[in-house]
Amino acid sequence: MSSAEINKNEVDIVIGALNADLTQFLTSWRPFFSGFHLIVVKDPELKEELNIPEGFDVDVYSKTDMEKVVGASNATMFSGYSCRYFGYLISKKKYIVSIDDDCVPAKDPKGFLVDAVTQHVINLENPATPLFFNTLYDPYCEGADFVRGYPFSLRSGVPCAASCGLWLNLADLDAPTQALKTEQRNTSYVDAVMTVPAKAMLPISGINIAFNRELVGPALVPALRLAGEGKVRWETLEDVWCGMCLKHISDHLGYGVKTGLPYVWRNERGDAVESLRKKWEGMKLMEKSVPFFESLKLPETALKVEDCVIELAKAVKEQLGSDDPAFTQAADAMVKWIQLWNSVNSSA
Amino acid sequence: MAQLYSSVKPTPMLKDELDIVIPTIRNLDFLEMWRPFFEQYHLIIVQDGDPSKVINIPEGFDYELYNRNDINRILGPKASCISFKDSACRCFGYMVSKKKYIYTIDDDCFVAKDPTGKEINALEQHIKNLLSPSTPHFFNTLYDPYRDGADFVRGYPFSMREGAITAVSHGLWLNIPDYDAPTQLVKPLEKNSRKFDLPLRLPILYVDAVMTIPKGTLFPMCGMNLAFDRELIGPAMYFGLMGDGQPIGRYDDMWAGWCVKVICDHMGWGVKTGLPYIWHSKASNPFVNLKKEYNGIFWQEEAIPFFQSVTLPKECTSVQQCYLELAKLVKEKLGKVDPYFITLATGMVTWIEAWEELNSEEGTEAKAPNGKNE
Repeated sequence: MSSAEINKNEVDIVIGALNADLTQFLTSWRPFFSGFHLIVVKDPELKEELNIPEGFDVDVYSKTDMEKVVGASNATMFSGYSCRYFGYLISKKKYIVSIDDDCVPAKDPKGFLVDAVTQHVINLENPATPLFFNTLYDPYCEGADFVRGYPFSLRSGVPCAASCGLWLNLADLDAPTQALKTEQRNTSYVDAVMTVPAKAMLPISGINIAFNRELVGPALVPALRLAGEGKVRWETLEDVWCGMCLKHISDHLGYGVKTGLPYVWRNERGDAVESLRKKWEGMKLMEKSVPFFESLKLPETALKVEDCVIELAKAVKEQLGSDDPAFTQAADAMVKWIQLWNSVNSSA
Repeated sequence: MAQLYSSVKPTPMLKDELDIVIPTIRNLDFLEMWRPFFEQYHLIIVQDGDPSKVINIPEGFDYELYNRNDINRILGPKASCISFKDSACRCFGYMVSKKKYIYTIDDDCFVAKDPTGKEINALEQHIKNLLSPSTPHFFNTLYDPYRDGADFVRGYPFSMREGAITAVSHGLWLNIPDYDAPTQLVKPLEKNSRKFDLPLRLPILYVDAVMTIPKGTLFPMCGMNLAFDRELIGPAMYFGLMGDGQPIGRYDDMWAGWCVKVICDHMGWGVKTGLPYIWHSKASNPFVNLKKEYNGIFWQEEAIPFFQSVTLPKECTSVQQCYLELAKLVKEKLGKVDPYFITLATGMVTWIEAWEELNSEEGTEAKAPNGKNE
């Protein structure tokens, strides 16, 4: 499937602008963004005007727009890295592709630039296989198939809810790891897409991600906010929490989550050692989250994504609320998010 | 961080701790290509088919060879659990081995090359996989975090970064993929092919990753290029009743894989898949395969939900106990699908009895093989 074959009208590319000057970013992505509609959401805490080059079909949203749509008090939900979620909220498209503004197209081992947008859409359009592991990875890609021993009843797969891409150069490592291995860069191009099995948990990174908004849009929740939340990925866990919720809900509803291709090239930014100096509470919160998600069972009556989010929020409040105020806030944010989602999307 | 746990550089050879088990019915010429990698290891050859046939083994290899007569002599009536006229007989080799690790490979598998053209030392990669931990409880999106150049990603819980012991290393194949008969029939000429073309070569699919299959997830385990910690999981590596006199074939490794995974999940051990690749040269006849697999194609639809839902009681604290419990459940739940499963369950019990016998103190003397070259 080439870029000519995917329906660009079904896709919104949502970019959270944490940096004002998007010239280099958008120029480098031009070959792959052209023909698509872009939603650029400016971090409400960013003071400077955005610098966006000509020639893109783009709608830009800033703090004023957020306040108009969701009210001033709710606009705080979309600060920092969470600004992109506002784009998810107001989009009207089937698929969303979202890439951090410090990433540019990567090169594959043959030296060709990777069309991350097309690859994400291909991943989303093809079934996922979460119920049984295929040892040749994605069975739907050209040249591969299901291996001997793969049950025939499972070969039609399930709808793919999300496509989690990867990163060359600066991988998405946490601050302690990157600080310890200051020179380590990811040079390994693993030429595969695979479905993360049902019940398996994983850390979903927001740096290079796409999802089926029609299927699971409400499950991408801007909820967990660290007290020392910063403007580099080492200082946030919002996407990891969002991903844990998304994966759990996808598993519950019988959808799949893919990981692997496409790669993006992540530019150098920030200082891991500096980020390490901040008290890194994210680590503690993850430790508490894992046993929670491991044992969580959503009620069978939760059949809609919105209901799943509400049930999840309830469980978070009940079981994790007393552990840390961040969890109570996350639970409240999740409930608020569904209210906003319903109100914004009902009039459509 | 993660590399604190990775194997010592260079990778230890483990030549006194690892046996290579090869089932064969024709000849072992393929060993010539593997010589630089296998010559220092002890081989256990399990000769299937006509025991009067003499199997040619290239000079210079240290091996012991067992044919059907040996299997019958050593196991007596318990030999009934070892398949005849099927490569499933290889598990006899696991049983008689005294080493900690096993590597098993088919006799139509050759040394593969990586995308740079370098020959792949499959055994070394398997050893690396087995000596470094697995991560079955949480999926790492950068795959095996213990490999050079990789690590755990942001959000990966620190409490899980020590990982779990690796029980199995499942390798893959270039050239002829391991497809079932229906797929082979539909896609006759397909080789593992994709965008990664090398000049003047056939297109190959080379995925440069090792990963842990998450806990609670089953997979189709192929016995063509497989290594495992025999001391840990050996008793669960029974390849079932296949071939002559049996209504099914080509599901031996599948069956072992489902049992092994359920038990590894129960015991908290990891199963890795991915590198290394070997070059699989021979595509077997799809019509012959279809006949062998026919029942399996239907039965696996019952077997898999069974394995997916099975829970082993807490009281099963050894692999043997887990396996016997599984055998009981196979008889109870799958016996209704076909009487074959009752026979298979009996085979499973016999296997454990034979394993215990051969691997007890006294058992070691009884097993002198037919051909032995030291």
